[in-house]
Amino acid sequence: MDKFEKVTGVAAPMPLVNIDTDMIIPKNFLKTIKRTGLGVHAFAEMRYDDAGNENPDFVLNKDKYRAAQILVVGDNFGCGSSREHAPWALADYGIKAIVSTSYADIFYNNCFKNGMLPIVLPREQVDMLMSDAEKGSNARMTVDLEAQEITTSDGEVITFQIDPFKKHCLLEGLDDIGLTLNKEASIDAFETQASQSRPWV
Amino acid sequence: MSAPKTLYDKIWDAHLVSEDDDGTCLLYIDRHLVHEVTSPQAFEGLRLAGRAVRAPEKTIAVPDHNVPTTLDRAKGIENEESRIQVDALDKNARDFGVNYYPVSDVRQGIVHIVGPENGWTLPGMTVVCGDSHTATHGAFGALAHGIGTSEVEHVLATQTLIQSKSKNMKVEITGKLRPGVTAKDITLAVIGETGTAGGNGHVIEYCGEAIRALSMEGRMTVCNMAIEGGARAGLIAPDETTFEYVKGRAHAPKGAQWDAAMSWWKTLFTDEGAHFDKVVTLRGEDIAPVVTWGTSPEDVLPISENVPSTEDFTGGKVEAVRRSLEYMDLTPGMKLEDIKIDVVFIGSCTNGRIEDLRAAAAVLKDRKIADGVRAMVVPGSGLVRAQAEEEGLDKIFLDAGLEWRMAGCSMCLAMNPDQLAPGERCASTSNRNFEGRQGRGGRTHLMSPAMAAAAAVTGHLTDVRKFMELEDA
Ligand code: SF4
Repeated sequence: MDKFEKVTGVAAPMPLVNIDTDMIIPKNFLKTIKRTGLGVHAFAEMRYDDAGNENPDFVLNKDKYRAAQILVVGDNFGCGSSREHAPWALADYGIKAIVSTSYADIFYNNCFKNGMLPIVLPREQVDMLMSDAEKGSNARMTVDLEAQEITTSDGEVITFQIDPFKKHCLLEGLDDIGLTLNKEASIDAFETQASQSRPWV
Repeated sequence: MSAPKTLYDKIWDAHLVSEDDDGTCLLYIDRHLVHEVTSPQAFEGLRLAGRAVRAPEKTIAVPDHNVPTTLDRAKGIENEESRIQVDALDKNARDFGVNYYPVSDVRQGIVHIVGPENGWTLPGMTVVCGDSHTATHGAFGALAHGIGTSEVEHVLATQTLIQSKSKNMKVEITGKLRPGVTAKDITLAVIGETGTAGGNGHVIEYCGEAIRALSMEGRMTVCNMAIEGGARAGLIAPDETTFEYVKGRAHAPKGAQWDAAMSWWKTLFTDEGAHFDKVVTLRGEDIAPVVTWGTSPEDVLPISENVPSTEDFTGGKVEAVRRSLEYMDLTPGMKLEDIKIDVVFIGSCTNGRIEDLRAAAAVLKDRKIADGVRAMVVPGSGLVRAQAEEEGLDKIFLDAGLEWRMAGCSMCLAMNPDQLAPGERCASTSNRNFEGRQGRGGRTHLMSPAMAAAAAVTGHLTDVRKFMELEDA
């Protein structure tokens, strides 16, 4: 997994609440057996019309937002299914960080597995960043994970909280499975004990 | 004496492998269910890293999302991508030696119906699956939740999951349900109350007299939609109803092991005085048969009400409601009962079990579906289908003019050919009314099986209690 350090880039505003995983990646793109190549289908039903042409009103189809690396989004982003295709599609599009007041649990966890940083902030700060994002491509934000800071286009600094383990894994680009396999002795011990206490499992 | 614990605390503690100083925990997983959509990349990851499945005997795979539900499905899957995905699961299940129910096996069906039905899901277990409706298994008092594909790979390789503990939430349904009100109405009413983000960061324990009175089928319906309320999982403490259901199932413990299991299972309840971070209480008597009008499961109203307008909402929800009403093509103020439907779908992991089919059949017996309505019944598994046929339910459905299909996810998410056409409106017993969920441009109203059957007969959303009064008269 790529390391996440610092991103400076355009932020796209998507104020709609409850953007669900079907909106992020519709099910007809779940038939792939690969992780890559989903970026062109991200937000497909809002982004394209029935004939497959771009819908000019959709934020990422506007020239000033095409190269967005940050999304500032409405409440409860990523609700719905567990499909990791949602973060795969966003990451493949080039999104590195997301800002919202809240996310669905599974989506939130899935982001970290794909080198993407979902940031949770109080409503006033999300509103402020939403306004900043609305300025378009002249307004570039910086997300600094090490310092846990977002710097707006006006130079204003907002700090955010993040679980230290998740931060460590993102910064180092660590693979969870490798980390867990280092604890194999504990897993063996647990299994031995469980085979006594709950032999029917 | 140790501090009082919730049911969630007890299951969590019994599965904790290790805990780091920063609070990161490694949780042991007892059952890992696998379907074809969210697993190919995980198996590919194992192959690339040269890793094996750590506990293939605790891993159960079944194709469900892409499989055709037509009677002639033995001749194969037409759509190439769907076929590749199902073939990939066939191969992965064989190569890695996990338990497997191929399409040709009578036990094949929706993963969340297959697990409990075959006794893989037991009280006190940890159960995961690359699928958000894994919450279903919480009905047994198992800690069950959906995971992403990277986590599927992690569980395959290590039989554990890296987790941080969620908060405890209690949802209590007091008293008794009124006639015509079902488990589906309970679970939708709760989401209507809490919103789709109301359970974020929490594990919900459902309790109270109305929950206790539910069958296992009903409890699974309730827990199934915990995820729609944003919760990580839903739980119901096991009791005699649970033990009765589990006993004798193919993979349930037998003999001395059964006795040992029972003595632990009987300790699985929330201790008096245990702490809940959030509590929601509804009176069973206050719950009416409900339907959804919008494109979020929180857009719930009793069937007797009218379509709302944007003015009934505040904040970010206003824009969402405007968009919903436009997508659903509904006029504020119109009666919900005046909404005409084109399609009826009875099935899914929410309502594809035998009790659901019985409830629908009770309404459809000696009746016909309305002209111009297309209606299908898709049993949740081959075993449910066989049971229904034994009871003669298939005849009732066929006589009424419904299609009687083979098991799978079908029109719940329309990954196979069972889809709504653009603009078609569906009375559905599934769990999600998102835009395009049942087919691009399709419109979904969620409801109970009895309500869906009533809509099939009249051709519009209908209060099923009117049918019941007819019968009483
Ligand atoms: S029936 Fe629907 S909700 Fe259930 S597993 Fe299948 S697609 Fe998911």
